[in-house]
Amino acid sequence: MPKLNIRGGVHPNENKTTADISIKRVPTPERLYLPLKQHIGAPSKPVVVEDEIILKEQVIATPQGSVSAHIHAPCSGHVESITEWSAPHPSGLPTPTMVLVNDGNEKRGDISLPVNPMFLRPEVIADKVGRAGIVGLGGATFPSAVKLTLGQSRNTPILIINGCECEPYLTCDDRLMQERTKAVIDGIKLLSHTLFGSETIITIEENKPDAIRRMREESKGLGNIKIMPVPTRYPMGSEKQLIEYVTGREVPAGKLSADIGVMLHNVATAYAIGTAVRYSKPLTHRIITVAGGAVERPGNYEVPIGMLISDLLEFCGMREDPKKILMGGPMMGQAIPHANIPITKGCNGVLAMSATEAAQRDEHPCIRCASCVDACPMGLSPLTMASLLKKDKLDEAVEIGLKDCILCGSCSFACPSAIPLVHYFNYGKGEILNRAQQQQKDDEIKRLIAERQVRMERLEKEREEMMAKRMEAIAKRKAAEKAAAEKETEKESEKEVV
Amino acid sequence: MIEGISTLTLLGFTLGTFLALAARFLKVEADPIVEDITGMLPGSNCGQCGFAGCGQAAEAVVDGSASLDLCPPGGKGLVVNMASRLGVDWDFSSVANDAPMVAYIEEDTCIGCTRCFKACPTDAVVGAPKQMHSVINRACNGCTLCVDVCPTECLQMVELETTLDNWRWHKPRPMVGQPQTVLS
Repeated sequence: MPKLNIRGGVHPNENKTTADISIKRVPTPERLYLPLKQHIGAPSKPVVVEDEIILKEQVIATPQGSVSAHIHAPCSGHVESITEWSAPHPSGLPTPTMVLVNDGNEKRGDISLPVNPMFLRPEVIADKVGRAGIVGLGGATFPSAVKLTLGQSRNTPILIINGCECEPYLTCDDRLMQERTKAVIDGIKLLSHTLFGSETIITIEENKPDAIRRMREESKGLGNIKIMPVPTRYPMGSEKQLIEYVTGREVPAGKLSADIGVMLHNVATAYAIGTAVRYSKPLTHRIITVAGGAVERPGNYEVPIGMLISDLLEFCGMREDPKKILMGGPMMGQAIPHANIPITKGCNGVLAMSATEAAQRDEHPCIRCASCVDACPMGLSPLTMASLLKKDKLDEAVEIGLKDCILCGSCSFACPSAIPLVHYFNYGKGEILNRAQQQQKDDEIKRLIAERQVRMERLEKEREEMMAKRMEAIAKRKAAEKAAAEKETEKESEKEVV
Repeated sequence: MIEGISTLTLLGFTLGTFLALAARFLKVEADPIVEDITGMLPGSNCGQCGFAGCGQAAEAVVDGSASLDLCPPGGKGLVVNMASRLGVDWDFSSVANDAPMVAYIEEDTCIGCTRCFKACPTDAVVGAPKQMHSVINRACNGCTLCVDVCPTECLQMVELETTLDNWRWHKPRPMVGQPQTVLS
């Protein structure tokens, strides 16, 4: 049963100006920069070496550990180097990255035509999804195959397909559902089959009537697939909020959605899974929204993964020098320090903000109006948490729910005093991580000290034993010498006697 | 002769039993808080706090003669832990949130004398005689014991490099716009 009253949320200016512009394919640039970690989990391991010739869609890195992903080449050409390059991260710190040179030939290896995946065992499909390098394309970048296997091992009778796209500016999922409806529905059918035919609900925000209409038409007659328009309200597309709205069940703190029998996938992920399993096409391109006041030709673009944002912005044209570049939407996106950063699997938008858009309000003291409390979709008290974090009272902040904060930005948006609330929570969460890491290191160091002590004692003992042995040996030798000398003297005396 | 042996054996047994019992029942109890604090301290006895070892430092912390932020390798986390164990209200924002320090070996001047890794309480320095030595950052707790023994001064303490794994959001800076009052 859908829940009627929604907790919290805000209504930011939608700015979805690109909703009517159809998806364009961007030509592959001369060089692609593929970070080895584009997903949650361990970084992938390169399986090609420098100067190796590669074909389009060839595997160039394989997973390491249980939560990791494959990476495929979006172009043919060769590997220039495996080096350190700025990561798609607010710090822009270097991360191991593979640089590919595009020869422009788009040369592919042989593709074995797959059987109709609807006849395959669900476990095999999950494996194929893993081999295609698919991760959650909504931005979470959790490896999809791992999620599907989890859904198969637990009982997840409900599959929710997230087509909400509640972030302002972004319209890539909207366009995808309008233009490639058939392929999206095909992917969703496959997902449902992979999860043993679970009941499927496709959620789309009410501000996308065209997408709702097209998806309704295409899914007609499919018994277990339902379209559910949801109210336009940020953060409707957040996992926990959406599940609560659709099923009326709340994901308990610190638990997974699979624990309450729900699996959630993004529409773009469903599309990628569909094309990967049906046509053996791995994840090498993705659709992203390029928008913001500084962009000359905003729109939705199908971009090769690994393309530099600077190359993409050059292709789209710039009206002015951007004041700020965001990866993702304006609410939860990350501001990046410069444009020489590649597009990765999890990036759903690039926003180049003009000076007027990026203008920041001055911070003022908290007037305790509790607008943030009303806006918080998790039912937390942001003003209290922020004032505790200001004084570094981390434990007290955790006690009132810092760990449950989803960093959606609703509170910062609602605050009339422009207090950087989310920044405080980012800081607090970082401190929690720091403490955990420090604790781990302290324990490790105590273990090392104890082990060294044991070793030192053992060595000391061994040394003493060796000394004792040596002394014994010396004593023996001396005794023997003495005995020999005595014999000698005896002989001599005997001779003398004789 | 048998008399002598049996007397001494008996004496030994009685006294031994007495000592064993005394050790159990007349044990001098250490202050449990001191024990807890000692457990929290790194245990590398580096002496940067000015005490001979971590045990003495813990005693000083408990009787109040030493400040809670005495231990550089322990950092801010240790201060927080000790304050909560002692029930002291401590202004954590005054504790410098410095990046952790680790030892670093200048490879050009290292002569492979092995003194540093003999001094290291955590086996964080690896090497062999007349070979280059190197520091494992993961195992170094910044005790500086190796710095003092290095004959060529090739060992220094440096800030741990910021990577994607240990990068954190800084604390928001205090507000820019000051509140306007009616009088001003």
